[in-house]
Amino acid sequence: MSNRTSVAAASPGGGYKGDEGAERGQRRLLLEAYFDFIRIRFLTMLAYRLNYYTGILIYSLNIGVNYFTWKAIYGQGESLGGFTAAQMTTYVAVSWMARAFYFNNLDREIATDIRDGSIAIQFIRPYNYVFAKMMQGLGEGMFRFLLFMIPGMALAMLLFPVQLPHDPAAWVGFLVMLFFSFLINSQINIITGLLAFFVENNEGLMRMKRVVVDLFSGLIIPISLFPGWLSSILKLLPFQAITYLPGSVFTGRVQGVGIWNVFGIQIIWFVILLIPLFWLYRAARQRLFVQGG
Amino acid sequence: MLYHLGLLSEYLKNYMKTRLTYRADFWVEVLSDLLFQVTNLIFIFVIFMHTNSLAGWSQNEVVFVYGFFMVPWGVFACFVNMWNFSERYIVKGEMDRILTRPAHNLFQIFLENVDPPSLIGSLIGLLIMAVSGINLGLPFEWWTVPALILLTISATAIYTGIYTTLTALSFYSDAPTGIIPLMYNIQSYGRYPVTIYNRAIQVLLTWILPFAFVGVYPAGLFLQREEMTRMALLTPVMGAIFLSIGLFVWSRGVRKYKGAGS
Repeated sequence: MSNRTSVAAASPGGGYKGDEGAERGQRRLLLEAYFDFIRIRFLTMLAYRLNYYTGILIYSLNIGVNYFTWKAIYGQGESLGGFTAAQMTTYVAVSWMARAFYFNNLDREIATDIRDGSIAIQFIRPYNYVFAKMMQGLGEGMFRFLLFMIPGMALAMLLFPVQLPHDPAAWVGFLVMLFFSFLINSQINIITGLLAFFVENNEGLMRMKRVVVDLFSGLIIPISLFPGWLSSILKLLPFQAITYLPGSVFTGRVQGVGIWNVFGIQIIWFVILLIPLFWLYRAARQRLFVQGG
Repeated sequence: MLYHLGLLSEYLKNYMKTRLTYRADFWVEVLSDLLFQVTNLIFIFVIFMHTNSLAGWSQNEVVFVYGFFMVPWGVFACFVNMWNFSERYIVKGEMDRILTRPAHNLFQIFLENVDPPSLIGSLIGLLIMAVSGINLGLPFEWWTVPALILLTISATAIYTGIYTTLTALSFYSDAPTGIIPLMYNIQSYGRYPVTIYNRAIQVLLTWILPFAFVGVYPAGLFLQREEMTRMALLTPVMGAIFLSIGLFVWSRGVRKYKGAGS
């Protein structure tokens, strides 16, 4: 809510066509407005930080349960789907903690804006609605990275035999790819949210998306463990770019030039997903009717 | 009692009317629930592609436990649905209206959120139990059906107790607590043989957040697992205890409710 006031302040009059200085000034104001979206969301999250302490505990429990389940599955076996037991532990821990970072509820927020009609007001403001949402997501992501993922990872390392990579390239590659995980996950969320324009109540769709992302991104089962036909289908879908690819880099299963290959897949998906995103956004602006008003 | 049943049927009728206005969404929702169950089954199947037994449990046994797990969950999700309580009733002040209604406030909230499509999940759970039970050659005794009913009611009571307690926390804190969605992950761990976990997680799933009692313990009774029988018989007791805790915390919480002031 508070972000609205900041945007209102950052959009004075407008309509000085031809006056280049004013136009540039306006662009600067707009940029500041976007920056404020990040800042304010970060501060809002900070106000509710108590929730995230319980979150860290529950995520650690998730890692624990998955860790013991995999341990039971491995039994005496040394390697499953190219994962050693030690790599699997690291993979499970880092995947859940990556989720702690990239997860957000942009789909739900957009659907709520659409359902209660407040999206109409946001559409006439001099900023791009989708881009502003992305910025809010980024603010949330920064919060989650600093106060959820990093302490969570530290706790997970205390509790479970997680092996951190020694190769600096794996670290750099992982962090960059993690950022793209966030971008791709947010794109999918925004697309799901905007679909509320076309189905009025997209609760089921949002739930379905959550399940699909968790399973097909490799969070619950690494993609190489799926039966051959399914894993080759999953390799054609964007979800693997969210968890499986960065996790593979971090566990050291993908090294050297391979990192560039998997990073390339992420970039391709990021670009491809922009198409439905913009198309939906345009179609949505034309279709908008406010329910109940 | 009769009065409450009458209310229930009225609300169910109302539910059908509102849902039929958003017909496409209704099916998407049913489908998404089913998909959720399917993904869990996929997990089990994928696991057993790589191993023959999970701590001494075969694939059919684990699938049977999963089938049982779905039955009380569907009943619970149908009749006790407090998913958006904090937003809808506390933040928007709808709780004011609830408190002026003649029915008990918790019952009234359950009524307003009935979700019959969830029962489809229970039916599928029964089907899964039947199929894997036949595969395992489980005997069908005279007590099978009564035990199933009793254990389903008990497990539903455990769910209701836990989620009522957690929901009642929103009477004490204005901030939306993100605990409940996270709980959905944890409950699913009760449907695997708890013996695979370490002691701490076993204790947690048995006594603190007793989700093992909605899955593996009661199902162990039908699977003739000697080590689980005692726990299975304890399920009704745990149900009674946790339901009482939930109702107690709830009634304390309602007394703290002051309205949203709008």
